[in-house]
Amino acid sequence: MTTVHAAPATDSPLTIGNRAFRSRLMVGTGKYRNNGDMVRALEASGAEIVTVAVRRVDLDRTKDEGILYHLSPDQYFLLANTAGCYTADEAVRYARLAREAGFNEFVKLEVIGDRETLLPDTEGLLTAARVLAGEGFKVLAYTNDDLITALRLEDAGCAAVMPLASPIGSGLGLLNPYGIRTIKRRLSVPVIVDAGVGTASDACLTMEQGVDGILMNTALAEARDPVAMATAMRLAVEAGRQAFLAGRMPKREVAMPSTPNAGMLE
Amino acid sequence: MNEIEIMVNGAPRRVPGPATAADLLRHLGLDPRTVVVELNRQIIRRPQLSDIALAEGDAVELVHFVGGG
Repeated sequence: MTTVHAAPATDSPLTIGNRAFRSRLMVGTGKYRNNGDMVRALEASGAEIVTVAVRRVDLDRTKDEGILYHLSPDQYFLLANTAGCYTADEAVRYARLAREAGFNEFVKLEVIGDRETLLPDTEGLLTAARVLAGEGFKVLAYTNDDLITALRLEDAGCAAVMPLASPIGSGLGLLNPYGIRTIKRRLSVPVIVDAGVGTASDACLTMEQGVDGILMNTALAEARDPVAMATAMRLAVEAGRQAFLAGRMPKREVAMPSTPNAGMLE
Repeated sequence: MNEIEIMVNGAPRRVPGPATAADLLRHLGLDPRTVVVELNRQIIRRPQLSDIALAEGDAVELVHFVGGG
């Protein structure tokens, strides 16, 4: 009897700004019900890159609530964001503080343009991306599904471009597969879909578009069981990636029998 | 002991003076390895914390990493 080994399609590591990562799933650390859930979900996700935010120390609390009390920078690659920033100047200020606080020169750049949808202010985003890239930051820019903005972000020197699947925290899934595929096809830097993925099928479908990775937060934090969902997302990202590398069959408008017609009885 | 009034994270606060940025962190019980200090919108790098004296009316921001997406 011969043993059949699983033979996944060979994949190269995800390389962002000269750093190579095995996992194509990146996860946020916000909004978990408690830090224990977060730590276990992060572990189950298999993520190497986790995002954090820069905020004022709460001086009225006796206990320090900094995230570094729960996450080891030796275990994870900490990617600071500029969430909550509405101008380029503000985002640049937060990025500089993050670099000083942190362990690397990577920043997930967000410049938000609207409080209801949290859609990006692409003008502010480009301005901030140019400034930060000029200062040696490795900028991963959160943007919309617009090709022209993505191309300009690449020109601005971004290390990766992060178009949304749908608005932050919405869980609406991949709204514009064509737009995401087009961005991936036209850019040379990694394309990481950020925001909007709600469940495992969203993650799988997103990876099947050929993008380099996915960043998610709310889908795990707001799942009834964040640890189980983190496992599902890890598998879905791997499945979607493998399916993309495998190359799917063409879609047809008519049926094609899987069983031969030859050899039928007269 | 003398005191100086400075703004810390947007709120006025009286602290013993004269004081350096490192003294302020010690006074507040904060670990300089996990906090970044911004003085009048200029980041103070960790090795300089003991060299920078605070003055009346200075605006200090103390930030750290929290959970985020």
